[in-house]
Amino acid sequence: MTALRERAIVSLRSAPSLPKHVRIQYDPVRQAFAVLSPEKVFWPNEISLDILRRCDGQSTVDRIIAGLAADYDADPEDVAADVIAFLQEWSDKLLVKL
Amino acid sequence: MSEPLLPPIGMLAELTHRCPLQCPYCSNPLELLKANRELDTQTWLDLFSQAADLGVLQVHLSGGEPTLRRDLEQLIAGLSARGVYTNLITAGVGIAEGRIEAFAEAGLDHLQLSFQGARPATTDRIGNHQGSHDKKLETAHRARAAGLPLTINAPVHRHNIEEVPEFIDLALSLDAERIEIANVQYAGWALANRDRLMPDLAAVNRQAEIVAAARERLAGIMDIDFVTPDYFAIYPKPCMGGWARDAFMVAPDGTVLPCHAAQTIPSLRFERFGERRLAEIWTDSPAFNAFRGTEWMQEPCRSCDRREVDWGGCRCQAMAIAGDAAATDPACIKSPIHKRMAVLTDAAQAEAAPEGNESFIFRRIGATTRPDALA
Repeated sequence: MTALRERAIVSLRSAPSLPKHVRIQYDPVRQAFAVLSPEKVFWPNEISLDILRRCDGQSTVDRIIAGLAADYDADPEDVAADVIAFLQEWSDKLLVKL
Repeated sequence: MSEPLLPPIGMLAELTHRCPLQCPYCSNPLELLKANRELDTQTWLDLFSQAADLGVLQVHLSGGEPTLRRDLEQLIAGLSARGVYTNLITAGVGIAEGRIEAFAEAGLDHLQLSFQGARPATTDRIGNHQGSHDKKLETAHRARAAGLPLTINAPVHRHNIEEVPEFIDLALSLDAERIEIANVQYAGWALANRDRLMPDLAAVNRQAEIVAAARERLAGIMDIDFVTPDYFAIYPKPCMGGWARDAFMVAPDGTVLPCHAAQTIPSLRFERFGERRLAEIWTDSPAFNAFRGTEWMQEPCRSCDRREVDWGGCRCQAMAIAGDAAATDPACIKSPIHKRMAVLTDAAQAEAAPEGNESFIFRRIGATTRPDALA
């Protein structure tokens, strides 16, 4: 029997990663990146894909936000709100590990 | 208006019809194929390779019991080499030592394990296999120890619908990422056993509340996939995501089908892999094109706002209940015979035998070869 998991809440110090059952893969047939999970295939837009790609288990949410803000030349506060909401949603669906 | 034909994303491979369990709701056809009709290893590998070329990203390895194929490791490795996401759908009974580890080693991405009940007595009775529950628990532990992500699949009907909270606890205790609470779809053996399996409305409503509350409570802890019961629905499901739209399945002998029950539609003829290439079957097979898109639809589907939401629902359910595969799925409130669903569920309750005394037609080769005698 394993200890019961708890719901993870995104913080700036979380270092998100993709769990083993989720992977990003380029699909040459559709010429797009797909996110593969047990029963579903997602087709993330460019920004979602950029967030997911940075979920390497090393980069903190803080750094992910700073990097995206720089790349998209956007206000870090706006980026922060979007990134945190996105990661929480994906974590709640067990598609991102925090 | 017809949309361009897109490549398929998912494929369900029924590697064999052989199975140690005899669940009376099995989605396999009533006429089960014996081992000598199964494709050989090389043919499956060719088929998987053509599927990957065609655009398939996920293959669900199912049966029957797919682990009865001694070449399963090889098949997984073949798919894995092509970058295809592999999901093993198993009953988890009688898997030899070391094999689950070998599946993981071959590149298996995910394992889905069925439980017929949350209680050992229920599992053993529904699958008609003594001791199966304990074997499944062992399979779950071995899968997790091998580092495989785990989904628990719970097919729900009258005899276990009250165990839904226990199913959720069981999945949590087994460290599963996901649970599928899947109300039985009344096709195949389930249609033959419909009166013996159909739950009543009160139990269905209780179940919906339990699942909704659990989903809220377990957000971020365990994902709950809920397959709602068609006979109590207002709108139909987009069965298979729409007929031949983004998924297909292959029977043990290589027959390529749009869905599990497609062979119950007598007007359709299906093709076998080997006689034609997979891409040709997907694109040109008259059976695949029969209900693709919206052109085939009759009213009320034809002018319905939801026609590209649910794609008319399930063709096989329309066949079974309306007697016309092109009719609106009777699960839909707009179907002229929608009321028949309630009549059928009421009739099932009137027929209900006391718990433990039901006489299931257990799924086994040769139990019946005449579907029309049972349905």
